[in-house]
Amino acid sequence: MATATTPELTVTTRPEPVQTPEQGERGWLRWVRLIPLFIGALVFILPFYYMVVSALQKDPNPNISGAFPNPNKLSLDNLININNAINLPQTLLNSGLFTGGVLLATLIFGVLAGYALAQLHFRGRQVVFYTMILLLVMPFQLLIIPLYVLIARNFGLADTLVGMILPFAINPTAVFIFRQFFLQLPKDMFEAARIDGASELTILTRVVLPLTRPALLTALLITFIGPWNEFLWPFLITKKLSLQPLAVALANFISTSAQRGPNPYGAILAGATVLAVPVIILFLIFQRRFVESSIGSAVKG
Amino acid sequence: MQTLLGDQPIGYLFVAPFVIFLVAIYAYPFFYSIYMSFYDYFFAAPGAIVDRPFVGLANYSRALQDPLFHVALRNVVIFLLINVPVTVVVAMVLATALNAAIPLRSFFRAAYYVPYVTASVAAVSIWLWLFGGPGLVNKVVGPLAPNPTWLVNAFWVMPIIALYVTWKGLGLYILLYLAALQNIAKELYEAASVDGAGRIRSFFVVTVPGLRPATLLVVITSVITGANLFTEPYLLTGGGGPDNQSVSPVFLLYRQGIEQNHPGYAAAMGLLLVVGVLIVSAINRFVLERE
Repeated sequence: MATATTPELTVTTRPEPVQTPEQGERGWLRWVRLIPLFIGALVFILPFYYMVVSALQKDPNPNISGAFPNPNKLSLDNLININNAINLPQTLLNSGLFTGGVLLATLIFGVLAGYALAQLHFRGRQVVFYTMILLLVMPFQLLIIPLYVLIARNFGLADTLVGMILPFAINPTAVFIFRQFFLQLPKDMFEAARIDGASELTILTRVVLPLTRPALLTALLITFIGPWNEFLWPFLITKKLSLQPLAVALANFISTSAQRGPNPYGAILAGATVLAVPVIILFLIFQRRFVESSIGSAVKG
Repeated sequence: MQTLLGDQPIGYLFVAPFVIFLVAIYAYPFFYSIYMSFYDYFFAAPGAIVDRPFVGLANYSRALQDPLFHVALRNVVIFLLINVPVTVVVAMVLATALNAAIPLRSFFRAAYYVPYVTASVAAVSIWLWLFGGPGLVNKVVGPLAPNPTWLVNAFWVMPIIALYVTWKGLGLYILLYLAALQNIAKELYEAASVDGAGRIRSFFVVTVPGLRPATLLVVITSVITGANLFTEPYLLTGGGGPDNQSVSPVFLLYRQGIEQNHPGYAAAMGLLLVVGVLIVSAINRFVLERE
């Protein structure tokens, strides 16, 4: 159910690129390389710039000149409009509760599972691991209907926070990352701690977790993006306005916006900005975590 | 006891919540889905005793004959035909360019990743605004704008959705290709250069084959993404429009299973798609392992 793509994994343990075949490169070639990179960056970033400047225009101007508005004419009217329509503090709080619940469950139960799968020997461990891998490959959005029947109808959890969190509660990708990082820790360290009489829970909380903080952060960051951005599941499970996360409330606003006067885009884009900005800021702050593997130095040091 | 269960039987306690979660959220719905697909299942008031007749394979044969299901499958193919080549070519070129010693590398890397981390509802809002009738794209292309405009044009609607999804997901693939580039042995480049291959030629004889596993991953992810599109047909094209030309499989599941109260039928469609996706992954596996 949770975004079941494993590709991020390779990214998290990736060392900085090696710059071999290009040494002694001629100057002009360096600049030729930069051209596609710059065009790419514009294509990826400009829409976000356009989102913000349009949201700040009282009546967004769809002409090319609208992309370069007079700074004196910018206003926060759209933010006020969207707040009146979908109650931003409430929907942001709902998004936060949904995401927070998932993070908490993943942090507690995911770390426990990752540790057991990496460093504890018990019969059936491989079965659990390979089942997890198998399930990660399955496109579980396709099973959304039975999941809905189960959670909303059979368990009666429609319009509850628990029902919203449940399918995402433990992010299997995060469990996988935890396991991979715990596997890299030297075996001797565990043996030494066990001989000293430390319980597994003590080893996990006192020895393993302090050493793997970067992995925890990476996994939590990936986990955060899932529920914060998720639309389909909370959309199905929450009909009550007071429980809807921002993504759902904004989507409902968009799909009924045709009846909202000639140019609803100002309010829509203001809502989109509020939805997008927290994640983008988090990503920019922790960007290096995606590529950095400080685990090596932590173990060596 | 300890040897029977392994050296650290406390491991059972540690994995228990995760195993229960996997069973409840993944395994059980899967089997429940199989059960539902053989019945004329529908929602009733809680506690009401209703008759949901066994219908055998009727839901499956209905799905296979449903013209909308065919449109949804066709749309996955259109999606694949645009998403895969554009993703592979652009990600390969940008990753190769990023792999050199260039200024602003972390800026570029971050820039490409921004759409990937953005909520689809927010990103869809931007594209709605850009590609709307009076939107900026039409202002730029002027007389070349299609009529009816992009998102309500039966021909253009799927290509625009495919381009949107490609744009949103590309950052991930650039990072993947960048990681894959690190695994290509330097000796291969040296050997190619000894054989007289120039920069361009060694890109095609060393880099492209070296990135094959990553490329195959793009194909399989693309199939899954294409089947799972929901926000796009729901919001970008106002419910699979125009005239159902942008319906996706998951969107059909939603419409049939929840809006129209035929969850048994939707479960059958979902299972057919799961089988389809698994076949594609198996073929993919096979191709990878033969190398």
